[in-house]
Amino acid sequence: MSTTENAIAMVGINKSFPGVQALKDVDFYLKPGEAKALVGENGAGKSTLIKILTGAYSQDSGEIFVFGKKIEKMTPIISEQLGISAVYQNLVLANHLTVAENILLGNEPSKWGFVSKKTMFKEAEKVLDKIGYADVISPDQKLSELTAAQQGMVAIARALSRNARIMIFDEPTAVLAVREVKELFRVIKQLKENGISIIYISHRLEEIFELCDTALVLKDGKVVGEREVSETNIDELISMMVGREIKKDLYNPNKNIGKEVLRIENLSNFKLKNCSLTVREGEIVGLYGLVGSGRTELSRAIFGADPIDSGKIFVEGKEVKIKSPSGAIKLGLGLIPEDRRQHGLALKLNVKHNINLPVYEKIGKMGFISLSKEIENARNFVKILSIKTPSLKQIVSNLSGGNQQKVVVAKWLASKSKVFIMDEPTNGIDVGAKEEIYELMNNLAMEGAGVLFISSYMPELMSICDRIVVMREGKVVGEIPHEEFSEEKILSMAIKNNTSEEVRDKNE
Amino acid sequence: MNEDSKLLKNEKRFTWNTQMIVLAVVVVLWIFLGIRSEYFFTTSNIKNIMRQMAIQGVLSVGMVVVIITAGIDLSVGAVVALVNILMSKMVVGGTPIWLSILTCLLLASALGFINGIVVFDLRVPAFIATLGMMSIARGATLLISKGNNIFGLPRSIANFASSDFLGIPSLFWFLIIVTVIIELMLRLTRFGRYVYALGSNVEAARLSGVNIRLVTYGVYTLAGFLWGVGGILETSRLWMGVPTTGTGYELDAIAAAVLGGASLFGAEGNAIGAFFGALVMITIYNGAVLLNINPFWQRIIVGIILIATVAVDQIRKRRS
Ligand SMILES: Nc1ncnc2c1ncn2[C@@H]1O[C@H](COP(=O)(O)OP(=O)(O)OP(=O)(O)O)[C@@H](O)[C@H]1O
Ligand SMILES: [Mg+2]
Repeated sequence: MSTTENAIAMVGINKSFPGVQALKDVDFYLKPGEAKALVGENGAGKSTLIKILTGAYSQDSGEIFVFGKKIEKMTPIISEQLGISAVYQNLVLANHLTVAENILLGNEPSKWGFVSKKTMFKEAEKVLDKIGYADVISPDQKLSELTAAQQGMVAIARALSRNARIMIFDEPTAVLAVREVKELFRVIKQLKENGISIIYISHRLEEIFELCDTALVLKDGKVVGEREVSETNIDELISMMVGREIKKDLYNPNKNIGKEVLRIENLSNFKLKNCSLTVREGEIVGLYGLVGSGRTELSRAIFGADPIDSGKIFVEGKEVKIKSPSGAIKLGLGLIPEDRRQHGLALKLNVKHNINLPVYEKIGKMGFISLSKEIENARNFVKILSIKTPSLKQIVSNLSGGNQQKVVVAKWLASKSKVFIMDEPTNGIDVGAKEEIYELMNNLAMEGAGVLFISSYMPELMSICDRIVVMREGKVVGEIPHEEFSEEKILSMAIKNNTSEEVRDKNE
Repeated sequence: MNEDSKLLKNEKRFTWNTQMIVLAVVVVLWIFLGIRSEYFFTTSNIKNIMRQMAIQGVLSVGMVVVIITAGIDLSVGAVVALVNILMSKMVVGGTPIWLSILTCLLLASALGFINGIVVFDLRVPAFIATLGMMSIARGATLLISKGNNIFGLPRSIANFASSDFLGIPSLFWFLIIVTVIIELMLRLTRFGRYVYALGSNVEAARLSGVNIRLVTYGVYTLAGFLWGVGGILETSRLWMGVPTTGTGYELDAIAAAVLGGASLFGAEGNAIGAFFGALVMITIYNGAVLLNINPFWQRIIVGIILIATVAVDQIRKRRS
């Protein structure tokens, strides 16, 4: 392939970090108007390739051509001028600024150097409207008030506002629910029709078949192959990525479902309205709901991370008052939070330190830590979850997104809790490792723990849960047993139907 | 098995960290000073350096713990002065020395504890909270002393400052002990792990079950206690109460901590680094005196070295 007829040609790219070669001789071509998927396991080098293209990292060797022009040294500014815009997997937004400011940051409409708030809000609203979010997100909201999913939409709006010719999506759907995903796909297809080239990274492979023309597979920093999407299938892509077959149905019907380990009754707070649910020993209960339905708030309220106004919580049949996460942990609860960067990880600390953080109380005597147990514990989970890291002392922010998520999961597996609340635990994790995590959830249940599994990805809930509880607008609206699972049924509960009452509810 | 040994091997990999850069700076300075002044490497000058360094070092080590949590304590110099005046007043007034020391340590720790409450419970930024405490402690010092120096301390107090133990100045032993204890605390204890976790991500620490309130109280109380120790050593060294003493100590302590690899954004730094940071600063101050450099230049040199070291460190980090 020549370097001139392509929108992007990256030739012979190499990049290494201390202890890892992230990319080895990678060639990457993208035609104008093409939508190309980039797939591979966690740590395969997908984000690194993208970051080189956007100038966030510079390659050790190799050449980059954009629309036939050789770029000697790519920088974020040049990249943006060339019309390359990216929605990163780790959102790089400013939490304390408003939505409008985030969308237009560095690109504010101004008159003689003055920025008019009004025009800014209007502009922001226009972009938000393009993705159907103008009535959900208001331009003057602080970013920190939004959920992770809504923040993702702001990031997409931000990229949209720059009239990009090449748009890169690095796991944009990781935190979105069905409706939002559909909305996003509509927007991406619209972009494609307008001749914009798309690079699309996702661990949800079926999305690729809906959106992309071609798929490039990376493994351990090398290109292992490229396929026309119309001539391949998920299984082939997976075996190229992982080198083995993946089990389809992971449901384990042999669990011993016993007594109730967790029961909540009429829990209410700023977001929740009279939520009740139960989780029994050996049971995996799914919790589904659209973005903003209060799933995350419910998990945080149970765990003592957010205050509750009224309602009761029972652990193993006894009523308990949970005032703080440390109180919850003492009672045997564990929470894998949704947002790994804000709530899950101490990014500046190393892998070992992060994995052990919830268990330091248990490993050591009189305030001193048992260093050997600390290492053993970390090494054990690095192995179980196959976390790709050059050493236990690697700083967590240097890991790939999926491997960071595995560290969050490892942290809580180490805690030996009785009830695990997992909020989007497979966020950003590759197919092979997802299977390992489901397997681990099954094992936890087999050992008698209860699992409350929150996810906006319905297929994974339907494949391993015993029951699915559905939430809508801060309320628990229904519950479906395993035998009756169907996508339509769950969705019809999650999306409001008899509207008038619900709307009034929302606006109060 | 293979995986295991790989994980282990990598852990022992040598890296050029900030402490080593600082150590290199110290060695270069020493060689330079050794060549320029024959007095520099004499026993009496080295002991002199140790005495000067002791107090500054203890404060720097205390400061680094606060900085690791992404906090700061500006009250250090003022608390040193308050302890200096209070102890002098008590001892001169006839209180037994041990009781005066105990009272001073308790008071300094209590002030630190209050800083912790203001920072955690009232959510006042550490910079402001401790700036307030700095002003309060300085004001109290001036009130108690009415702005006058306090004389009449027993000879024994001054003797302690000039005494040696095993050939090393007694004051310096304090610094060694404090550095070792704090370093071990940071490395080996649960509290130490929590201190770093707090500096990296408070919310993640809280959700991991860390009692962030206790850790915050603990850090500021420990800092206050060390300011108390510094104030007592200062009293011994000055052999009187000087209400204006300790001015600018906060900057020296912060500078030493940062030279030693601490980041004001938190989660980075350690006690040994702060020790070497203090060593750099003292070397500069001492060298400037030996070389007859105008003392006003000292501060300029310290400022340049501080900025240069941190800049080099940042560039190095960005490269990797
Ligand atoms: N800043 C960095 N410092 C050190 N190592 C890094 C850095 N960034 C990435 N790496 C390493 O490079 C490799 C590739 O990482 P990359 O983020 O590109 O993976 P990825 O394919 O995007 O994975 P994921 O699906 O988990 O997001 C990983 O082994 C990662 O640990
Ligand atoms: Mg990635």
